[in-house]
Amino acid sequence: MIDLVWLIPAFPLLGFLTLICLGKSVREPISGWLATTAMAGSFLSVLIVFIGMLLEKNENRQTVFTLFDWIPAGDFKVDIGFLADPLSITMCLFVTGVGTLIHLYSIGYMHGDPDFNRFFTYLNLFAFSMLMLVLGDNLLLTFLGWEGVGACSYLLISFWFRDPANATAGKKAFITNRVGDWGFMVAMFLIFFNFGSLQYLEIFNILESNQIAKTTTTFIVLMLFVGAMGKSAQFPLYLWLPDAMAGPTPVSALIHAATMVTSGVYLLIRVNPIMVEASTWSTDLIAWVGVGTALFAASIAVAQTDIKKVLAYSTVSQLGYMVLAVGCGAYTAAIFHMVTHAFFKALLFLGAGSVIHGMGGEQDLRRYGGLRSLMPITAGTFIIGWLAIAGVPPFSGFWSKDEILAFAWDKNPLLWLVGIITALLTAFYMTRQVILTFFGKPRYLDAGDDGEIKPHESPWTMTFPLVALAVLSVVGGLIQLPFSSSTKRLEHWLEPATFHNETHLHLSGSTLWILALLALVSVGIGVGIGLSTYLKEKIDRQIFEKPILNNAWNLDSTVSKFMGGPGSKAFTAVAKFDKEVIDGAVDGTGQIVKKIAAILRRSQNGLVRTYALGIGIGAVGLLIWFLTRTTL
Amino acid sequence: MIITTTWYLLLAAILFSIGTVGLLVRRNPLIMFMCIELMLNAVNITFVSIGSHLNDLGGQLAVFFVLVVAAAEVVIGLALVVAIMRRRSRTNADDLKILGG
Repeated sequence: MIDLVWLIPAFPLLGFLTLICLGKSVREPISGWLATTAMAGSFLSVLIVFIGMLLEKNENRQTVFTLFDWIPAGDFKVDIGFLADPLSITMCLFVTGVGTLIHLYSIGYMHGDPDFNRFFTYLNLFAFSMLMLVLGDNLLLTFLGWEGVGACSYLLISFWFRDPANATAGKKAFITNRVGDWGFMVAMFLIFFNFGSLQYLEIFNILESNQIAKTTTTFIVLMLFVGAMGKSAQFPLYLWLPDAMAGPTPVSALIHAATMVTSGVYLLIRVNPIMVEASTWSTDLIAWVGVGTALFAASIAVAQTDIKKVLAYSTVSQLGYMVLAVGCGAYTAAIFHMVTHAFFKALLFLGAGSVIHGMGGEQDLRRYGGLRSLMPITAGTFIIGWLAIAGVPPFSGFWSKDEILAFAWDKNPLLWLVGIITALLTAFYMTRQVILTFFGKPRYLDAGDDGEIKPHESPWTMTFPLVALAVLSVVGGLIQLPFSSSTKRLEHWLEPATFHNETHLHLSGSTLWILALLALVSVGIGVGIGLSTYLKEKIDRQIFEKPILNNAWNLDSTVSKFMGGPGSKAFTAVAKFDKEVIDGAVDGTGQIVKKIAAILRRSQNGLVRTYALGIGIGAVGLLIWFLTRTTL
Repeated sequence: MIITTTWYLLLAAILFSIGTVGLLVRRNPLIMFMCIELMLNAVNITFVSIGSHLNDLGGQLAVFFVLVVAAAEVVIGLALVVAIMRRRSRTNADDLKILGG
């Protein structure tokens, strides 16, 4: 049954091709249902492969399924092949599962949009690229998916491109990601140069048998991390993700929260045998960048007023946790948090989308309030998402965050400290968001400048995914409970892909309990401050909502200022060099060839007899040459 | 006097040279075709004579191939000549220069 792995990306590809061929000839809901069916088909095939894999023994769970040769060129050979192992199938499970729900949700959310069909075409193309990224059995195929999801992200962020701000946000995402892609490409060149192959399993085999210099592996890991920084929005390449919220909300949920942004973390986990061979300072760096990003983004999320911006910075912060886990060598914990985060962050984004939909496009938290009774399902599920992300037991977020923090403590207590402060901030800003949206007095009534806003609950296509994701957010923690080795199902399941490279905790049971308790206390403090500030209004909210936090520590504007001033001058100089020196050399070569050709062209005069003479002289010349050789 | 293989080869060489010179100096396509035929058959003579000299049937076999190819070539060539004749009264291979563009 594992052989059916090629069906997984085939369904969205088929959906994409069908939709692009149908164009505008189908009416509104049909294209949405087509796309959703394609995703559901893909999800079903993942389930079949998953069951097939469960029936196999642990050591037989890694299969490469090659479709055909893609680039055979001498020593360089790349196949279109899929690597089906527990890691890729886990990713596929939540990519297609959450993806199907978000496709269904989009049918309701995009209702009435003139570009309804285009939206679903892009969404299916995205799903196809993401699955290629995950399933590719070599780095180049992963890179193909990597660029594919980048392109789809660009297309979907600037989906409503008639507003110049949206188009700019799309460009920003694309260009920032190019920096990361550069790192990925350099890493690929280095890997091919040193290992002679791009296929994961071959690389790992060579790594086992040959001695590769530590500096090489370290550099490869750092370059791959630059790639991961771009896609997974780590400091300082996170700048694009908050702007990416310009896209439709289902896109923010699917691409910029649940799936695409985790691909950087996935890539690092995929190459874990190289990570283990790298110097410790490089993994330390990864851990510190991760935890730093987590704290930095959480501090910004505290003062955002746009409901989606809060969630965007929260995503950056949670991705920081995953990168921290990777840096600590806790690959299972990273995947665990990736899965639970996919559930609760998709839930929160879709909930936010439902609120925006019900409020007629209003995104400002300050103009919500008291929506609890008007949108009961949205409010209920959003509150579950809040409890999950804040880390309240027994919701899924508690288990995954706790595991990462335990590994952080084991590596360096300072990492843990930063992590726990982030957890406190997370609890605080999520409480703030929930209270401002669903509790208190309605504030949309007195705004009144653009007519009446009548908040209403969304249609079933939107609330069903919310409920499904809420259930998953509650029970998601069950896949990896820390009590005994038999409840650590995810760790055991991922073993064929982590090759026993996972770091092992050296903490006693009591330390773990104390750490968990401290985490709970910090969550309690965060929620408590949030409640007393925004619900009971005992603390002045201006203490937390500093303008500098709202402006994201002015980093974005500083970068823009630099790029507009000295940066742009430097790049103009580079462009001039490119135009005059490099282009000059290229054009010069072309001119020389052209001049020589003008002379040689005269021999082609169109007279048959001249050609015959040429052939005759050539034949005589050859004859003489052969004769002189034989007599010698 | 015994006629040795050398004689045949000499004959072939002479025929081939006549053909070559004819091809180069004449402008009438029909004559040029005949010259090409002359060259081809000179080669055929070489094949046959060397084949018999070495007691190898391969030489005679090759001749059949050459004949078939020559026949096909003549068919196309004559069709071209006819097509040209329809457009202009005289045929001159050099006039086809205009096809060079």
